[in-house]
Amino acid sequence: MGLSDPTPEGRFGEFGGRYVPETLVPACEELEAAFREAWDDPAYRARLDGLLADYAGRPSPMTECENLSEELGCRLLLKREDLNHTGSHKINNVLGQALLAQRMGKTRLVAETGAGQHGVATATAAALLGMECCVYMGEVDIGRQELNVFRMKLLGAEVKTAMSGSRTLKDAINEAMRDWVASVEDSHYCLGSVMGPHPYPWMVRKFHEVLGREAREQSEAILGTTPDVVTACVGGGSNAIGIFSGFVDDDTELVGVEPAGGAAVGSGVPGVVHGSQSYLMQDEFGQVIEAESISAGLDYPGVGPEHSYLASIGRARYESVTDAEVVVAFQLLSRTEGIIPALEPAHALAWVSRDRASLAGKSVVLNLSGRGDKDVAQMMDILGGEGQ
Amino acid sequence: MPGPVETALRNRRAAGGKALVAYVTGGLGDDWTDTVRAVADAGADVIEIGVPFSDPVMDGPTIQAANDRALASGATPTSILDQVRGIDAGVPLAVMTYYNIAFRAGLERFAASLVDAGVSGCILPDLPLEETGPWVEAADDVGIETILLAAPTASDERLSRVCARSRGFVYGVGLLGVTGVRAELAASASIIAARLKQVTDLPVLVGVGVGTPGQAVEASAAGDGVVVGSAVVQRMLDGAGPAGVAELVAEFRAALDAS
Ligand SMILES: Cc1ncc(COP(=O)(O)O)c(C=O)c1O
Repeated sequence: MGLSDPTPEGRFGEFGGRYVPETLVPACEELEAAFREAWDDPAYRARLDGLLADYAGRPSPMTECENLSEELGCRLLLKREDLNHTGSHKINNVLGQALLAQRMGKTRLVAETGAGQHGVATATAAALLGMECCVYMGEVDIGRQELNVFRMKLLGAEVKTAMSGSRTLKDAINEAMRDWVASVEDSHYCLGSVMGPHPYPWMVRKFHEVLGREAREQSEAILGTTPDVVTACVGGGSNAIGIFSGFVDDDTELVGVEPAGGAAVGSGVPGVVHGSQSYLMQDEFGQVIEAESISAGLDYPGVGPEHSYLASIGRARYESVTDAEVVVAFQLLSRTEGIIPALEPAHALAWVSRDRASLAGKSVVLNLSGRGDKDVAQMMDILGGEGQ
Repeated sequence: MPGPVETALRNRRAAGGKALVAYVTGGLGDDWTDTVRAVADAGADVIEIGVPFSDPVMDGPTIQAANDRALASGATPTSILDQVRGIDAGVPLAVMTYYNIAFRAGLERFAASLVDAGVSGCILPDLPLEETGPWVEAADDVGIETILLAAPTASDERLSRVCARSRGFVYGVGLLGVTGVRAELAASASIIAARLKQVTDLPVLVGVGVGTPGQAVEASAAGDGVVVGSAVVQRMLDGAGPAGVAELVAEFRAALDAS
């Protein structure tokens, strides 16, 4: 069964919808129709599955952490999305959307990026498929994710600086939407998470369900049963919804982990921004509050609507961790398992580590959504040259 | 019965003229309410009061900068509407903001606060036809005219449905893009006006990308008038003051009257 489809209006319960300027409505409708048609077309699916396997390296493995499990007192398994081509789960969605855009006759991909992982994945797909690519990135993020900026340029993409507001992911999305309003005839907006107007939250989730299916099979093979807990970090929520999708029908506990400074579910109230209704950090007047997180990929005041729905019905719960806890978790995984995680999934590990008492004896599958190469320079600044 | 916005624009059309709607950013500078009055005196038929939102995706650099400045000076929807109440501009006023401002306040409460401030109309550029239901219900109940945008990308069938649901006037989006002054008027401006005139008797005004009196004349030829936003707001940002802004609006008025 898995997660259910949204209503024809793109609603998950009261959340979701399609709140975009009139100019973009026909494009959203066209995209939805094209996606439905492609998803039912064996030729499209075969092409996508082929690229996921032979280009991106799927299936990604699942690693049992023997050293860290002993230290934490639970049985910890990592879903290794960090080993995908381009270094994160983002490639699953991007390959799906880029093939779809090409099928729709679009010649240019527009994307926003926070940590740069979605931007790199989009630039990669554009290079592969011979499309133009323009990535918007906040000025603050360009500063802390230099390596990914250079990677995007190497791949032939244009990187444009978002100078407005908090100059992070939220503002990059604003700029990408403004670009799309002007370029909609030849451009596809390759949105990087399970957010935005319908059909994006649903479509992007469908593209990430592959990792949930794999994780369920792999964890069953290792554990002989389903895990007690599945956890993932939540920015917009794409890697989390991908892995949750594999376990919603089980009695597995689903835990999303947000940064304390960007806890949309944890401290937000329902609002409407970037195309959908969802929990949102905002002031009493409806002005969006700027998020603040060590991790550029989670530095976002909103969350995908399906997470708001899962929270509202109590099927998933959402915890938050501080930047300081994340830094410790980043070092912990590096030292105990020889895996340098991205700062984003280090949030999920920070929660497991903090809540180890309540997790004692349980099996925990953690979605390691990306690798830490992009964060090494930032961590060097924080930790000093010895990395201690 | 048509509301004040629609009535004002129909009257202008009946008199053989072209309508001018000017946009003023609420809360921008200490004298913005004087600017509203001066703009009315200079010949605007209706004035849009922009209520700044933190994430204005339909707006270009000029209105973004005005928003940021107003918000930084402490303007809130409540403080702006409180000031609007005292304006008495002599022409109908419409608020332009984004949906979350209304959603957060509560739709009925927000609609009532517009009435209370003496505002007649409301424009929410991120609320497309399919999502208007709950808002227009609240707005219709208290007589607020909800002006809908009609985009060049829409089919004729969609344009008819937008017009049927719009109140006050239909806001034809003049180009594919966000607000801002362009060197030349896009060809799409006249096309959207003509397409809308085919499907509605409501006043048809074209906005977005109408930045000079010459462009206003060109854009209003096929329709009933124009909305001028960024050009006016740029004057405010430049510190022209109420008189300086009014001077620009008078130029638009004169050009339209001479056309
Ligand atoms: C490795 C990694 N994980 C997670 C995220 C957050 O996105 P989402 O919540 O959509 O998975 C990012 C975003 O940049 C990322 O790079």
